[in-house]
Amino acid sequence: MSEKLVVSSSPHIHSDFSTQKIMGMVIYSLVPAGIMGVYLLGFRSLLVIIACVAACALCEWCWQKFIMHRKDTTGDLSAVVTGLLLAYNLPPTIPIWMAICGSVFAILIVKQFYGGIGCNIVNPALAARAMMLISWPTAMTTWTVNGISGATPLAAMKAGTMPANLSWWNLIVGDMGGCIGETSAILLILGGAYLVWEGVISARIPLTYILTTAILSALFNHGGGMFPVHEILTGGLLLGAIFMATDYTTSPMTEKGQYIYAFGCGLLTALIRTWGGYPEGVSFSILIMNIAVPLIDKYTEPRTLGAPKSNFFKRMGGKS
Amino acid sequence: MNLPTFLGGVHPPEGKALTENKAIEILRPNDSREFIYPLSQHIGAPCSPLVKKGDRVLAGQKIADTEAFVSAPIFSSVSGTVKEVGPRMTIPGSVDPCIVIESDGKYEKAPSLLDELGHKPQPSEYVKLIRSAGIVGMGGACFPTHVKLSPPKDRVIKWLIVNAAECEPYLSCDNRLMIESPDEVIRGLGYALEIFPEASGVIAIENNKPEAISTMTAHNKNPRIKIMPHTVKYPQGAEKMLIWSVTGQEIPLVPALPADVGCIILNTRTAWHICKAIEEGEPVTERVISVTGDAVCEPKNVQVPLGISVRELVNFCGGFKDEPVKILAGGPMMGLAMRSVDVPVVKGTSGILALTKNLAYIAEESACIRCGKCIEACPMHLNPTYLDQLVRKRDYESFEAYNGMNCIECGCCSYSCPASRHLTQTCKEGKAAVNLARRKAAQAKAKQEAK
Repeated sequence: MSEKLVVSSSPHIHSDFSTQKIMGMVIYSLVPAGIMGVYLLGFRSLLVIIACVAACALCEWCWQKFIMHRKDTTGDLSAVVTGLLLAYNLPPTIPIWMAICGSVFAILIVKQFYGGIGCNIVNPALAARAMMLISWPTAMTTWTVNGISGATPLAAMKAGTMPANLSWWNLIVGDMGGCIGETSAILLILGGAYLVWEGVISARIPLTYILTTAILSALFNHGGGMFPVHEILTGGLLLGAIFMATDYTTSPMTEKGQYIYAFGCGLLTALIRTWGGYPEGVSFSILIMNIAVPLIDKYTEPRTLGAPKSNFFKRMGGKS
Repeated sequence: MNLPTFLGGVHPPEGKALTENKAIEILRPNDSREFIYPLSQHIGAPCSPLVKKGDRVLAGQKIADTEAFVSAPIFSSVSGTVKEVGPRMTIPGSVDPCIVIESDGKYEKAPSLLDELGHKPQPSEYVKLIRSAGIVGMGGACFPTHVKLSPPKDRVIKWLIVNAAECEPYLSCDNRLMIESPDEVIRGLGYALEIFPEASGVIAIENNKPEAISTMTAHNKNPRIKIMPHTVKYPQGAEKMLIWSVTGQEIPLVPALPADVGCIILNTRTAWHICKAIEEGEPVTERVISVTGDAVCEPKNVQVPLGISVRELVNFCGGFKDEPVKILAGGPMMGLAMRSVDVPVVKGTSGILALTKNLAYIAEESACIRCGKCIEACPMHLNPTYLDQLVRKRDYESFEAYNGMNCIECGCCSYSCPASRHLTQTCKEGKAAVNLARRKAAQAKAKQEAK
């Protein structure tokens, strides 16, 4: 008897994590907040979500198949996650063609032009949102809740007129003006808790980011001495801190680096919210910190077990 | 309870339930068959044969040796006739020089090492006796034990640690050895401690072996030896991890050795052999092997004479119940995938693991998503994905600068990589390339000087 055996390098077993499984879990964790968004902001939100997800996936598939003639990578579900995140960052009234333009920008220019999954330098969904905010400022900042258009709480805070009818209940459930997926605090936190529990993300980045923003905003006296809790529950902070800042590819890989990066995000968000030109600064803060990631990674390289403590500085000083 | 451990590592499924409660069974074929002894069963210089075709040999007779210091002699495990000294396939899949002995099934014994010595060995003679018994690190690395026990004169040895962590999933031969012959392991460490009067002894066991821990604790009467349970985490039994968690000391970067921080690490089976060599003058001719995996009919712990064919072991365990996809020598994290089971068992074979397609992981690589799981898992605190990139770019200079040569090849990075990247494999390649370049440079330099 002669067996046919596979000969390969060790190890011969593997953890049950795969890129596809991780992305799948991120999608699960995002679904509840999306359902709430559709429920609160109307059926049109669902159209925006479907348009973004479909455009992202299709765009990646076409690029890989017809232009690069490479293996299809849509199966890893990362394009679906990008589509979901982009849709969650758009107002429900956004014209569908704009949403599709944003999706194509995210996948084609931000992700595939740089080499595809794992190679993009900024978060595709956030970069697309920033592009759309600059290209179509009116469409991107018009909010309609229950047929009445009005300012988001953060915009009101900036103007110094906090809407009085905003109860704790509104803030926690998400019944207020905002983008499709960003308003429901409780469901976003639940989704984040699920990801931490499953080991997909660590709580380091979200907690550091959120606490930094809350504390610094209070120190900067943003919104005329509001509760720091309002800072956390309004705007895109939760969505950004839990789902966007933790994007593997565009956040540091080391523990120390993640703290520095999350603190930077929090600092920039508080600065933009208090003194910037926009009411909300989560997107730009994360984008700016994304660009700093290679630098952070380089200077937070872990010390090899047994290496002298000074080795790090010597090496960083000696090599470019 | 917080047990000592290290930073990093992974928790693969243990798979020990298959064999951990199976008492060691003895396989000793009584009919005539071929036993094969590769001339290199250890790290260091290969041996030269001391016998030739047609010679009659006895069980326990030395059949190969060399003058080199870093080396260990090889003994016949059976009595019989030398059939051939020639090439045979060995576990790594290469064809190497071997001594082939046709056994007579009688196991007629050669005079023991003590008979040759003529008196009870003194502690000053232990190291020499360990060398002549052919003892090597029985965990798989096969580093000659007498070399470990001869540290440079300026190093004071403070710790002698028996590595009984057995952190590799599936394997349980050390576990059974501790349960079934605890006294020999403890006495073996005791003899080693006599060589180093300033050292204290530690037997480090992972906490998933409660029976071994309680048996060893109950049998330990030596005040210089401590039984120390450890956290269950792979690779707890790796040399550097074990020293870190037992003594709190980090071994400096390669080429530093455990002796540089006053430590010597011995495998459980090695300690057992030290005891046998010093008390009975018995050389290394047998070992216990866990034959396990989901493809094996009846997983067992088997004590076999060295040189026996792996196929005999598998047949002894009822053969395969499912088609194996991979058959490994050793555990699933660091074991060697074999091309064929028609190869001989050697000193370092701690397990034979046959995995079906359900367990053997074979997947295509995809792009790194920079999740950082490899960095979290690496017990050496390296950056595996960056080292992987450097090796693929053939940038070996940077590979060395980022401490790639310190990789212990434990497999944690590949195990945890969601993109299934072959991180451990590329690191091994990088190390091999650097070592080759160094050898070439040394040769060129020697040539230059000769001119």
